[in-house]
Amino acid sequence: MCGACGVLIFAEQEDGEIHKVTYELLGKGRVLADKLGKNLCAVILGYGLNDEAQELIYYGADKVFLFNHPSLKDFDIIKYKQSIVRLVNEIKPDIFLIGATRIGRSLAPRIAASLRTGLTADCVDLDLDDEGNLVQIRPAFSGNIMAQIKTRTKPQMATVRYKVMKMSIRDPARKGEVVEMKAEPIEDTGIKILEKKKANEVNISEAEIIVAAGRGVKSPEDLRLFRELAVLLGGVVGSSRPLVDAGWIGKEHQVGFSGNTVKPRVYVAFGIAGSPQHLFGMRYSDIIIAVNKDPTAPILNFSDYYVIGDLYEILPQLIHEIKKVRCVEK
Amino acid sequence: MNILVLIKQVPEIEKVRFDYEKGRLDRSSAGAIVNPFDLNALEAAVQIKEKIGGSVTAISMGPMQAIDALRDALARGADKAILLSDESFAGADTLATAYTLASAIRKHGTFDLIVCGEKTIDGDTAQVGPEVAEFLGIPHVAYVEEIREVCSDKIVVGARMERNYYIVELRLPGLITVTKDLNNPRLPTLRDKLRAMRAEITVWGYMDLAEEGSPRFFGLNGSPTRVIRVYTSVAEKRRSQVLSGTAHEVAQKIVQILMKNGVLR
Repeated sequence: MCGACGVLIFAEQEDGEIHKVTYELLGKGRVLADKLGKNLCAVILGYGLNDEAQELIYYGADKVFLFNHPSLKDFDIIKYKQSIVRLVNEIKPDIFLIGATRIGRSLAPRIAASLRTGLTADCVDLDLDDEGNLVQIRPAFSGNIMAQIKTRTKPQMATVRYKVMKMSIRDPARKGEVVEMKAEPIEDTGIKILEKKKANEVNISEAEIIVAAGRGVKSPEDLRLFRELAVLLGGVVGSSRPLVDAGWIGKEHQVGFSGNTVKPRVYVAFGIAGSPQHLFGMRYSDIIIAVNKDPTAPILNFSDYYVIGDLYEILPQLIHEIKKVRCVEK
Repeated sequence: MNILVLIKQVPEIEKVRFDYEKGRLDRSSAGAIVNPFDLNALEAAVQIKEKIGGSVTAISMGPMQAIDALRDALARGADKAILLSDESFAGADTLATAYTLASAIRKHGTFDLIVCGEKTIDGDTAQVGPEVAEFLGIPHVAYVEEIREVCSDKIVVGARMERNYYIVELRLPGLITVTKDLNNPRLPTLRDKLRAMRAEITVWGYMDLAEEGSPRFFGLNGSPTRVIRVYTSVAEKRRSQVLSGTAHEVAQKIVQILMKNGVLR
């Protein structure tokens, strides 16, 4: 287990819970490290995370660097940056991947600037060229085009969009090494958390079923129907951007390039035209069902099933039919 | 309080059309505007100034035409404006951009607070703000959606991360990046616009930053990342099976699809 570190990934945690993008980074990181013939390493910072460090090995890491200290329990950008920069200078990975979450997108640039290395934001794919250099693929201009980017400094750093890459598969028989790192306590970083509260509970990225509303919805009160259907199906209400911009629904429900990427089993879109920006966020859904009045709406081409019709007729009927099925069940 | 706001001139992204046949961006109908998130940053700075006094300086890097964006910033309440414009600044990625901005901020002198937009609508990286903070060695908080309190040596802000919403006390000098939820940017009055038209705008080139930065870190030379290929990306077309009939029939068909796929049992 003393090979060089080819790929380092940042294992993000909040309240001791590992963000699932971490397992996607391990999935892609494993592929890249194997191609390089080098180790896949992970770094995790926090307090009391020995089990979580072990999990990272089950999910594909060869080596996990664990910074375990009470002062690292909550995210502190300066403490995290200093510890990680120290580690990177020590193990010199070729590639360093971080989830493109809010924490990742705040932390990665500080690390990149400190290391004076290049950083590519929000990648949706990664590959190696013939020389083993990282090819970073990211959307540009609202997801209309893709750009391939290379970095001529090391480590080649990228943040990676959540719900785009495949999670690695957990194998509890996997062996690896957890390396305890000494956390150097920094007294005053200039950042003090005064209060911490749960942000809203909606987690649309994780949803298996999404009932999405678009511009075809005439008033915010009508979203009640969407909520009702979502509850019946055990899903979450999604939305295209116009409703969020109008303040009818929170940004946490937004699906699309500037909102969330989703990968549900079923995505039912009512009154959504299907701009490239919206399609960008839901294109990975297993099954897409679209209902739209306009027979020329682009979303129809990108759906598995579509209905040309008025959502105000179909949505209530659908709720009614589902309730009927449910009753028979009982 | 001495506040700096970093702004960028961007194309009106909604008017940038995409030619799917040719696989090219058509910017001909898109004008140039101040990056919308930067207007929230500017508004936050102006509100702080109005409350506790001080000055707001807008700084931008770009071609000479970016002076229009700075005039807009002046009309919306900035007191001073500095444009960093030089051939050797061109082609900069986020690292080189942040390095150049940080060099200019050092030349500008003392400051208490730097406010940036969450990201730009053309680059969409959200990297320049945090990178500037790192180059200047000051702490930062990203994704600020609430400013609770401002004192001479600290600011209390609210920011959402993944699971939690945090109220954070940030020591000054420090940097924040702000979201659209923070405020509603004001519209400039005609009088403000006229005043801004006449205002003097400082322009610095690379010679002006020679003491604060090294030319090898500016522009394309100082950029470790390179775009090597650009191509179109559209979602994959699917089978597009039409479901027809009355609303009642269509609803039944959808129920069947949901049942077939195990969503309803």
